[in-house]
Parts: sequence; C-alpha cells; structure tokens
Amino acid sequence: MKKSGILMIIGSALLLGLFIYPLWNIQLEAPQYPDPLGMNIYINGIQGEEEFDIQNIDGINHYIGMKKIPTPAEMWEFNTFPIVIGGMAALGALLGILGFFRIIHPNWFLGWLILMTFLGILGMMDFNNWLTDYGTDLDPKAIMKLTDSEGNPLSYKPPLLGSQKILNFTAHSYPRAGAYLMFVGMLLTLVAWWIGKKANETMAK
Amino acid sequence: MKNIFKIAVLGVLGLFIQSCGNDESSGEKSGAITSNAAERVYVAPGEHDEYYAFLSGGYSGNLTVYGLPSGRMLKEIPVFSQFPTNGYGYSEETVPMLNTSFGFVPWGDSHHPDISQTEGELDGRWIFINENNTPRIARISLETFETEEIIEIPHSAGNHSSSFITENTEYVVAGTRFSVPYPQEDMAIDQMKGNFKGPLTFIAVGEDGRMNIDFQLKMPGFNYDLSHPGRGDSHGWFFFTTYNTEEAHTMQEVNASQNDKDFIAAVNWKKIQEYVENGGGEEIAAEYAHNVFDHSTQAATTTMKNKVLTVDPREVEGAVYFMPTPKSPHGCDVDPSGEYIVGNGKLSTDLTVHSFSKMLKAIENKDFDGDAYGIPILNFDSTLAGTVKEGGLGPLHTEFDGKGNAYTTFFISSEVVKWKLGTWEVLDRQPSYYSVGHLMIPGGNSREPYGKYMISMNKITKDRYLPTGPELEHSAQLYDISGEKMELLLDFPTHGEPHYAAGIPAEKIKSQSKKIYRLDENEHEYAATSESETKMERDGNEVHVYMTTVRSHFSPDNLEGIKVGDKVFFHVTNLEQDFDVPHGFAMIGANTSELLIMPGQTKTITWEPKKEGVWPFYCTDFCSALHQEMQGYVRVSGQNSNVPLKWTLDDEEIN
Repeated sequence: MKKSGILMIIGSALLLGLFIYPLWNIQLEAPQYPDPLGMNIYINGIQGEEEFDIQNIDGINHYIGMKKIPTPAEMWEFNTFPIVIGGMAALGALLGILGFFRIIHPNWFLGWLILMTFLGILGMMDFNNWLTDYGTDLDPKAIMKLTDSEGNPLSYKPPLLGSQKILNFTAHSYPRAGAYLMFVGMLLTLVAWWIGKKANETMAK
Repeated sequence: MKNIFKIAVLGVLGLFIQSCGNDESSGEKSGAITSNAAERVYVAPGEHDEYYAFLSGGYSGNLTVYGLPSGRMLKEIPVFSQFPTNGYGYSEETVPMLNTSFGFVPWGDSHHPDISQTEGELDGRWIFINENNTPRIARISLETFETEEIIEIPHSAGNHSSSFITENTEYVVAGTRFSVPYPQEDMAIDQMKGNFKGPLTFIAVGEDGRMNIDFQLKMPGFNYDLSHPGRGDSHGWFFFTTYNTEEAHTMQEVNASQNDKDFIAAVNWKKIQEYVENGGGEEIAAEYAHNVFDHSTQAATTTMKNKVLTVDPREVEGAVYFMPTPKSPHGCDVDPSGEYIVGNGKLSTDLTVHSFSKMLKAIENKDFDGDAYGIPILNFDSTLAGTVKEGGLGPLHTEFDGKGNAYTTFFISSEVVKWKLGTWEVLDRQPSYYSVGHLMIPGGNSREPYGKYMISMNKITKDRYLPTGPELEHSAQLYDISGEKMELLLDFPTHGEPHYAAGIPAEKIKSQSKKIYRLDENEHEYAATSESETKMERDGNEVHVYMTTVRSHFSPDNLEGIKVGDKVFFHVTNLEQDFDVPHGFAMIGANTSELLIMPGQTKTITWEPKKEGVWPFYCTDFCSALHQEMQGYVRVSGQNSNVPLKWTLDDEEIN
C-alpha cells in the first residue's frame, strides 16, 4: 500500500503542472505569416505564443466578425477550472496519504480517477462548445460574409484536435505540456489503484 | 541555312572579341562571364543574401542597402536629403535632422560610409557617412536602419576625407577638401596661399554612439582628399592624402597639378588626444548644429553649439608629419596589418606604398627634407615600402582581401588590378564598365576583410543597361575574388552616385534588426496609444489631431471644426504590433509629403487648409483587403465660422 499511496500522491500532484504549462495550443499558419500566430490556452487564461499574437489574431478575426479572444474576466471557466484542478489535486493527495497509512481501500483511487475523467470530459465538451460559439457566432456587421457551397455561413471553428484549413489559414490545435502531465498523472493513479489492489489481495492471502 | 549563317557570324564575332582581349587573358576573352556565374549570384526566392552592402548615394544624399551576391536593392535610407517616400525631412519629427548653421538644408551629397569597429573588426552597431557639401557626419543605426544623429562640422568645406573610423570607434574623422579661411572671414580669393587652412576634425563617439567634436587640427591650406586610420601597430595614427599643395585658387585642374609630389599627412591622434585631455588647444567660436533623433520620444531635436577646440599641430611634439607621395594622390588606404599605407596618385601610373615601421624609423632618425608651414616633411625614400609599377592609368582606391592581396581601381584605364602586398607584383587585371571609381570588399578597410566578393562602382554606364534617356543609373559590378583570378559575376544598377560602400556578413546584423517599435515604449508627446485617446485640440489657429491607424480605419475618421487659415497637425500613431504593417497618411493639398508610419510609431505632418469644403484623407500603404476603405473626411469651414471641434468614429464621439 505504501508504493501505491506514493504513486497516488505523485499522480494527482502532476495536475498542478496545469498552473505552469498551457493545456492546449492553437496555431494559425498562412503564407504571409511564416512565423505562425499562436495562442496558448491555460486553465486561467489565454496568452499569445509571441507577445503580440493575440492582438494580431483579433485583428485578422475582426474581418470575418469573430469576437475578440476573451480575457480571464470574460469567461467563468478561467476562474472555475483552477479551483476544480486545485481541488482534485488536493483530494487525490489526501486519498494517497490515507491509502499510504492503510486507512482507506485503493478503490477510492479508482473512484477519484472516474470523477477526474468525468470532469475532464465535461471540460473538453465545454471547450468545444466555446470553440463552436467563437467560430460561428459572428458579428452581423462582419466585413466579409462567406458562405459554403450550400449557401450557409462558413464556420470558422478551429478543430478541437488536429489541423484544418480555414480560408487562407491552416489551424493546428493540439494539447500542450500541461495536458500531457495531467494524462500521465491520471495514468499513475490507475497504476496506484492496480498495485494497491494487488497488495491488498496478497495480504488477504 | 539561316542557323548556319548565325553560327558563322557568331564564330567570327568570337574571334574578333578574343583578338581584342587583354594580354593577361589565358585564352578566354577579357571580362568573360564564367559559365556558372548565374548560379553563383542567384538567391532563390525566400532565401537571403550572404552580405549586406551599403552604397552611398552621392548626390541623392542617401544610403542604399543592397544584398550580395544578388545585387538586389533592399532599402534606401534617407540621410541628408528630404525623402517624400516616408516623409523624412518633411515630418515634424524629422525636420530637425536637416538643420544646420545655414538653416534647413534639404539636400546633401553623401560619400563614404563606414561601419563601426571593435578591435579592428566590423561590429555592426552603426554605420557613419559624411556629407560633402554642407559639412556633416551622420550616424545610422543598424538595428532600425534609420538615421539617428547628424553633426555639422564647423569651419570645414568639402567634407570629403570623411567619415572614417578608428579601430575601436574612438573617433570618426572629417577632413577639409576645399581649404578656406579658418575661421571664416572676408578676404580676397587670391590671398589664399598661406592664409587658408584645412582643418581636420576628430569627432569622439560615445558608448551610445553619440558624436561630439573633440578637436580640430589646424592644418595648412591643402586639399585633404581621403583618409584611413592605422590599425594594429599603427593604431593611434591617421593618414590623409593631400593635393593642391600648390595652394592654387583658380583653374585648379592645371594649377593644382604642377607639383611632382603632394603629401600623405600622418597624424598621431593619440598624442593630440592626450594633449587635449591635459588642457591643450584653444577654444574658438564656432556655429554648428547637432541633431539627434530620440527613439523613445520618436522626435529629433537640434542643439546649436558655439565652441570648438582647435589645435595647432606645431604645438604638439611629434604629432604630424608629411610623407611625399606622387602625384595628387586620391585614395589613402591602409592594409589589414596596418603596416602599409597606399597612396593612389591619380595623375601617376604607379602606386606608392609607404611603410609604417619605416616611417617611425625615419621620424626617429629625423630623416627630414625640410618642412611645410613648420610641419616636418619626411624623406621620400626613407618611408617608401615599394611601388606598384605600371598598374594602369589613374589609380583611385585600394581595398584588401585579408590574404595578402590588394585591389586597386584605375579610373582612366577602367579596370580593377589585383596586386601582392610586399612584392608589389601585379597578379590580375579585369576591365570594369566603365570608368570605375570606388571598390568595396566587405570589411576591406578593417583588420578582418571577408575576401569573397568585391564590388566595383562605376561612374559611366553608357550601354550596360536598357537606355533610359540621357540620364542613367550608375553601374556596379560584382566580382568573385576567392580564387587567383577575379571573376566578373554580375552587373547591377545603383541609385544616385555611389562613392564608396561598406559591406558586412548578413549573419552579423540580421538578427538584431528591429521588427516593430513597441507601442508601450512610445513616449511621443502627441501619441495616442489607443483609439480611446484620439482627440482634437485647438490652440489659437493651431489644431492638433491625435489620430490612430489600425487595419483598416483611422480614428477619428470624421473631423469637423477646422477653419481656413488654421494650421493642422496630424499626429498619426500606428497601433499595429505586427512585422511589416506600416500605414500611410496623405491629405489632399498638403504642402508637405505623405507619412509612412511603422508599427508603434507616431509621425506628424502639417496641413494648412486653404479652401472651404469637405476634404478626404487616406492611407497610402496597401495594408489589408480593406485598404481602399481606409479613409476619412475633414470638414473645413470659413475663417469666421463657429463650427465646434468634433471628432467621431462610426458616428460616435470618442472620449
């Protein structure tokens, strides 16, 4: 149980990487931007990859009527996510300590992981909804109104994951270090549960 | 049949050209282009050139930037001349750059660029250039490629033996090619002999590049034509060629060409610097402008100065000597080791090379042949290192490749000649088209030349390009000098008249080149750093408009309350922070020029409306797909109307 408790503590502590590293990154590439414009999405706000990237992305987007990239104050998620992530990391560490001293059963670890996965999926759905809104809820006074072959307004939604051509830009959307640390952490908690369960079974014999 | 005829004609032509070739040519016709020349100068789309070359514009007053080996022009940097292309010399911020003691001078004659050095190597901080007509020296930043400072040289005339730089950028020198009364006074022209002087000005350069006249050396009234500093062992000395030691005041082409030898003046500036530091020299009245462009306020200011320190060379023991040099020498070039000083006697067929170490010995042994106005003349043979015999006709300038070879241009015989330092033998000669003046090897006047390319700058173009009426751009030629023989690779037109150039490997300065000016560092007095700060203010009949530009609108774009007889200042700030997104500003009927405003910059133009009506202004630089829409209106009311000031964007008042 000692080993599994330690792994649980480490695994949930890795969530804290999200406070340092970006969760996601979206890059926009075009012939006249040989250095792509990019934005890093953190759990507490969005920052340009280069200092003036956000200003320049907003500048391009205003032609097609997209909203400006939101500041932390403009999105509840940037206040809520840090609380959720911090809370889950603390809860995971607490469970790890209790497991270390054999106060609780390792199945609690699995319970934490299921909750975390559920929250993660909720977060991704919310992120996707925001991308959709950002790419389709356009200013009716937009300078350029483009339609697809069926005559419907074009969506400028960047992909949730992967690369996609949007007008003259190619958008690349991929996870970054913060997300990878979270995945590794969650994997460690799964391992913690597995080792703890095995140890318990051995002891029971 | 037709083809056979063509081949036959070509064959005959080929034979004819071959037979006209130089005796040097080893079976190939002279000036023949090597078969793969095109590949060697081709810079593929999107690739960068290996070298920056900065060519002076002569009577354009500017400095043009080219890439080598492609010969493509990259930029024209306005220095001494108004430049309506971007408003230099017209915008309120830059007008002071062209102030002098003679008032505002809109034109200049730029000659010799020189890149700052550290320990004898190009360091790529700044490039300096002289103005010949109204004597001035300018300093240009190699981060922004813009003129940052111009200092006027008082008591000087024909500022030609300039702007050469000592090997740690201690001094930039400015010599006098046309001797004048010193200080100026009313006297009969034919009283020149003995009464005119040729002051040599030593300008100290600070760590931040700031220029300040340290002292003027009161030299005899000869024409100080060109100069170069010593390097290595000869660091601490400066060498100037002179002509018109006859001191002729008229018909100089004859009367200044009588003496068999003129001089190279050797100046021990370290001794004079010490003398000055210890309180030597005499302060005399002078009137000169010092113009500095401040990048934080983004505006130039002029300070008029009224004193200069003058030093009589005879008062400083061992400071100045004359070395006799045939005949009316033009170029004065020092090899990378600092041992050899080449005097290019433009009316001689030979090149005279003096030895620095022999010169020191001659001074020690007091090997003098009399004096000129109290300055010792060293015995000719005692300083002579050697002579390059029969190099050609009319030698002008010499550069070095760092591999022990020198390259000299011959104006009259129109060729570049390669010769060996130390043995003085001619190794190669190539024709140059036509009447070559200067030549340049990147770093060729430093301790570390980059001996791969050489460009020759020609004075006469004739048939080299498609004719463009009587006026043609001058031609330059690029040679590959990495092998034993010079190989002509490329011809390219150059803007104005290049008198000398400076080159530097692109890698040395490419990465320090600024992309934008930061808006948060903009301390311009009239900057509006966001649209909410844009406004109009009236002060008597002056109206200040704080305006911004961003793709693709002005703020404000509707202006009312301006009257006939007002003087309107448009202070335009470019809010962009993206590389290469300038905006322009043009106002109908303005008697100034347009503005071209870089990202983060504020520039100002004045407009004095003369007619009532509604007058448009617009952006002149195609900035986006909505560039055509980037315009606005100014309502101009009668002189006595009481239309209030009103400024709006999208019909909303801004506050």
